Amino acid sequence: MLRLISAVGERSARSIEQLGDISIFGCQIVKCFLRPPLRFRPFVKELHKLGVLSLLIIGISGLAVGMVLALQGYIELSKYGSESSLGGFVGIVLVRELGPVLTGLLVTGRAGSATTAEIGTMVASEQLDGLRMMSVNPIDVVVVPRALAMILVMPLLNAIFTVLGLLGGWLVGVRVMGLDSGAYIGSLTASVGFQEDVASGLLKSVLFGVLVALVSTYKGFNSAPTSEGVSHSTTMCVVTASLAILVSNYFFTALWGM
Amino acid sequence: MGRLAIRNFVVGLFVLVGLASIAYLSLSVGGLSVGGGDGLTIYAHFDDISGLKPLAKVTVAGVKVGEVVEIDLDDDYRARVEMTLDAALEYPYDTSASIITAGILGDKYVELLIGGDDKTFIDGDTITFTESALVLERLIGKLIHNTSVGDGN
Repeated sequence: MLRLISAVGERSARSIEQLGDISIFGCQIVKCFLRPPLRFRPFVKELHKLGVLSLLIIGISGLAVGMVLALQGYIELSKYGSESSLGGFVGIVLVRELGPVLTGLLVTGRAGSATTAEIGTMVASEQLDGLRMMSVNPIDVVVVPRALAMILVMPLLNAIFTVLGLLGGWLVGVRVMGLDSGAYIGSLTASVGFQEDVASGLLKSVLFGVLVALVSTYKGFNSAPTSEGVSHSTTMCVVTASLAILVSNYFFTALWGM
Repeated sequence: MGRLAIRNFVVGLFVLVGLASIAYLSLSVGGLSVGGGDGLTIYAHFDDISGLKPLAKVTVAGVKVGEVVEIDLDDDYRARVEMTLDAALEYPYDTSASIITAGILGDKYVELLIGGDDKTFIDGDTITFTESALVLERLIGKLIHNTSVGDGN
């Protein structure tokens, strides 16, 4: 019994320690970012890797999610004879919740895990130690461009996901279900507001970008220098970042509504 | 073009498409107005607004001409609704405002009935003729009351 309690205590202490560690890591990233020179070329390379190469999965997912939302929404709404508010339904669900959250989860799986694995392999093959030996700060060269690119890419991908989702909803609602196109777009623009919907969704995705950037680079940077260690931190990156997105999403929504 | 130049181009394209999507969401879907604020501000006092919210539309003959900015109580405990209207139009002094529901369960909005007066509203004026929202519960209550009185006779 006593051993159980002390095990719980050890676990809690370790998780708090890790939280502090991540915060210090985040401060170091900000410090390195603020100190010139800004490395532009690796930043563009990461934008390409994290953003452009994620476009396909984001686009297909957005389209599919919008289409299924319209399908489900149409069936439910037609029971109350209010199919004409399908556009508003699809728009609000996509812009407020599914756009930011699903983009966050997809980018975590597609790009966050790759970032962790890449940095982890650098640790395992002692590349970061090599940089340190040349008195180059590895955070400056390896972490900052990746973190920065992740934060910038997230709202852009979210916007693309959402717009394609709206298009998917329009395709199903108007082309398949035979809804009036004007009714779909009219209800969409009437229901979705800038401050309470669009701004909140975009800010959410920036927040998720920060979370995924922090978690994926931290886990890679601190992975054990073995192949098992790299695979473990990659798994932990996806788990931690996904949970962080889903939990922080609730609190952000609650605070934004106040 | 070299490999690097192509990559830069693709990244630039990606960023532009992303920004365009954000702009579309904000401006077209979200209805964010750029450089607004040159509208005509007009007030109207209602006995009951039941469910009218800020950002609700203001229409003339069903066409949107503005939106509700703020709702608060005046000194007589009536609802004071602040609206901004399209300043390009002229609103005669005897224009009346009524609160309408879109459909049976839809959103509340303000409909203006344009009058015939030569004098027109200027910034900060108050609409004198108003018609409050139709509250369904009160209507049903009145109906039930009337029929039960009728049965008694």
